[in-house]
Amino acid sequence: MPYDPRLVAPMRAELTALGFTELLTSADVDSFMMQKEGTALLVINSVCGCAAGMARPGVRLALQQGPRPDRLGTVFAGQDLEAAAQARSYFADYPPSSPSLALFRDGDLVHFVPRHQIEGRLAEQVASDLARALAEYCGTTA
Amino acid sequence: MGTFHDGKGELHGITVVVDTDGPIVYVGRCWEMDDQRIVLLDADEFEEGKDGRTKQEFIRKAAQVGVWKKHDRVAVPGSIVKSVMPLGQVSPS
Repeated sequence: MPYDPRLVAPMRAELTALGFTELLTSADVDSFMMQKEGTALLVINSVCGCAAGMARPGVRLALQQGPRPDRLGTVFAGQDLEAAAQARSYFADYPPSSPSLALFRDGDLVHFVPRHQIEGRLAEQVASDLARALAEYCGTTA
Repeated sequence: MGTFHDGKGELHGITVVVDTDGPIVYVGRCWEMDDQRIVLLDADEFEEGKDGRTKQEFIRKAAQVGVWKKHDRVAVPGSIVKSVMPLGQVSPS
């Protein structure tokens, strides 16, 4: 059952404040993913503080450190059910987990961070790993 | 922001590998843990030798990509638990 939208609003805002576009429907997701050229970071946001509480600040720190993807999108697992399911269809080889981070280049998935690689880690550690991937795939020579 | 579910042990909310004395290993999100049992949510289980794989091979693959849940909830008796380890601490290679 989805949480009260008032509870979730600040968690959405943490990402939209960074420039993420909220993808609320399947059509939103498909539209985002159809733009294949360049790089795109798709964040599966979630309520659970056990991991998402580190994922969001980790993403913020990573984006401050290094190159930014061309496009930033986010879906909210457990809230925007249809959109989250559609987003996961673009990395269907990975079991569903949230939060998770998917980096695409020219439409291909090039880096994926499942929930278990976020849990129990500091935001700085999440950021460091993501920043490394952004540098590899989103740099000017990528 | 911390967990919403304080008081269920330090591994609450963490995806863990629960190895047993027998052929079965479980991977799932720890809900609660005490001397009597470990309760996992969204858990997968694997039996040594299935599909020609060892427990270690299954665990390494899980560390790479995660697990497909077979159980919404599973309670593993503490009496058969050999080890508990966060999946995020398992080297995938």
